[in-house]
Amino acid sequence: MVPLAPTPEVPLVEMRDISIAFGGIRAVDDASIDLYPGEVVALLGHNGAGKSTLIKILSGAYKRDTGTILVNGEEVAINSPRDAKKYGIETIYQTLALADNVDAAANLFLGRELMTSWGTLDDVAMEAEARKVMGRLNPRFQRFKDPVARLSGGQRQSVAIARAILFNARILIMDEPTAALGPQETAQVGELVKQLKSEGIGIFLISHDIHDVFDLADRVCVMKNGQVVGTAKTTEVTQDEVLGMIILGKCPPGAIPGPGAMKAAA
Amino acid sequence: MTDTTTTPVDRARASDLGPFARFLKATELDVRMLGMVSALVIIWVGLHILSGGLFLTPRNLWNLSVQSASVAIMATGMVLVIVTRNIDLSVGSILGFCGMVMGVMQAQWLPQVFGIPLGSPWLWILALCSGLLVGAAIGALHGYVIAYMGVPAFIVTLGGLLIWRGGAWWLTSGQTVAPMDETYRLMGGGPQGSIGATWSWIVGLIACVGVVWMLRSDRVQRQRFHFPLRPLWAEAFLGAVACAVILGAVWIANSYGWPIGIVRRYMQENAIVPPEGGLFIAHGIAIPVLMAIAVGIVMTFLTRRTRFGRYVFAIGGNPEAAALAGIATRWVTMKIFMLMGLLAAVGAAISSARLNASTNALGTLDELLVIAAAVIGGTSLAGGAGTVLGAMLGALLMQSLQSGMVLLGIDTPLQNIIVGFVLVLAVWLDTMYRKRV
Repeated sequence: MVPLAPTPEVPLVEMRDISIAFGGIRAVDDASIDLYPGEVVALLGHNGAGKSTLIKILSGAYKRDTGTILVNGEEVAINSPRDAKKYGIETIYQTLALADNVDAAANLFLGRELMTSWGTLDDVAMEAEARKVMGRLNPRFQRFKDPVARLSGGQRQSVAIARAILFNARILIMDEPTAALGPQETAQVGELVKQLKSEGIGIFLISHDIHDVFDLADRVCVMKNGQVVGTAKTTEVTQDEVLGMIILGKCPPGAIPGPGAMKAAA
Repeated sequence: MTDTTTTPVDRARASDLGPFARFLKATELDVRMLGMVSALVIIWVGLHILSGGLFLTPRNLWNLSVQSASVAIMATGMVLVIVTRNIDLSVGSILGFCGMVMGVMQAQWLPQVFGIPLGSPWLWILALCSGLLVGAAIGALHGYVIAYMGVPAFIVTLGGLLIWRGGAWWLTSGQTVAPMDETYRLMGGGPQGSIGATWSWIVGLIACVGVVWMLRSDRVQRQRFHFPLRPLWAEAFLGAVACAVILGAVWIANSYGWPIGIVRRYMQENAIVPPEGGLFIAHGIAIPVLMAIAVGIVMTFLTRRTRFGRYVFAIGGNPEAAALAGIATRWVTMKIFMLMGLLAAVGAAISSARLNASTNALGTLDELLVIAAAVIGGTSLAGGAGTVLGAMLGALLMQSLQSGMVLLGIDTPLQNIIVGFVLVLAVWLDTMYRKRV
């Protein structure tokens, strides 16, 4: 049985010694990472450092070669996106992963449609739910009949976010959630992250923007060449030190070094 | 809070619209579909004038409906295939092969091997079922190779085009199988294969009641959740137009009487004394047309109201997103091709029944008509967009052009040139329209 309210000592999710290779290239090499309830952990690193790949293993999009995943301290088998969702792991992908030709409600419930007692799609009920959740995220949103291809970047983003929080996610993965957004919308996403955090949801945040990360995250985890350089509390390292981890792979004193940390001469 | 901030914006937008745009907004009609219907009307009226009044006659329209049935049925399946960014080039050959299976079953194997006497109802039932089964199995095979083995649909079905055409020949070493079972032949239409005036009116009235009931239940549902409603006049207008079209079609089908020779034979057989001015027996709606309408309704239901249909469109819009949402995209793809094979088999039943024979050339080049019908009907080759009704109208449009040109006495090569030209023109217009919207 998975306990409903885990004690803070047990991580909400823990990925241990995860590796995956694509055609001989080790995209993720022996990486370990954990996340506690109500915590925001930022994943940092260059393009191709393996952040997105690691996170796609958690969301079920890729199958890992080796390693274990634990949810609430219990080992789980995540082999497909459906498995991940079963454990309350929801993902907002960098590409948003929306089906552009169908409307917002259809996207929100894609793969988890509400059905009538006749076994047909209950579009009316789905639209009603969509109106509720979108009203919370983006009260000005009214275009429920349009295919999402016709929506603006910010509106599409809110559809993707709404889909992730609609099903009471306990673990949320946000891959570059603000990359396509203006300053005002970015601030809105920041507010949302804080609100979800206060509800006890654990969030993995992948971002290029180091200022964003220091605003929102409790811990940072830096990756380089598929390996974890180190993990640190944002209160115990400076932005410059984190940049040093990203660029050089140099682990500062305030951080716990991982397998990817530069073997310093000192 | 949401309503107070957004409603004024919407209202301002509504007042900017012209009367036609307001009409469209109120009725929620699809502009594309209106364009297609008007194109069809223009073609019909044009051909009517050019042929000196031969086109818009009950007889020609009735024939047109029967000729369109087989392609229209297959086009509904092709919509799903193309929506998921695939193509099926093998439907004509599957039709030929399944037609041959059904022909050989009822004319040779069942009577000779299993000893079922000619005229037994089992003959046509078993022949039809085996044909449908073979069609679905062929589609499943194609779908498996495409979805699970990763061979592009273009190649798999191009192979299928050659294989099943060859297979049809091989079943009887190229011999034509005839005649078909009496009951089986009803699926081909003709005076016997139509339901007559009374039943046609009954079907028409049931359809009208269905339309009204659907409009009403849709409105009730929207009311229940406080969604925006169509104005009442718009609902009434939609209902009235739909009922007028249905009853008009029935009236036309009922205006086409049996040919004089068949009426005479019928009167002799049933010992009827011919009344003054001859006996008029109406054809009514043809059975293949009823089958096409039934398939159209089922397929529309499948695409709009079921999970399967929703997944088909989601895969077409963004295959990666569909997979990330947990949809078993391969299994859905395989099911689409199974359905396509099954529909090709239904087309085979109609075609072979109409011809009263199975030949190994049955359905040759049908794949092109079917694809053209789907594409003219608004199915986007880029995937993600298309409607069953559009594809069926597309089939009707293609058939109208073809039979119209026959009426005009245009040479076959020129007919092909015109059909090819129209296909490219239609898709170009559609591309322009999509860019503008």
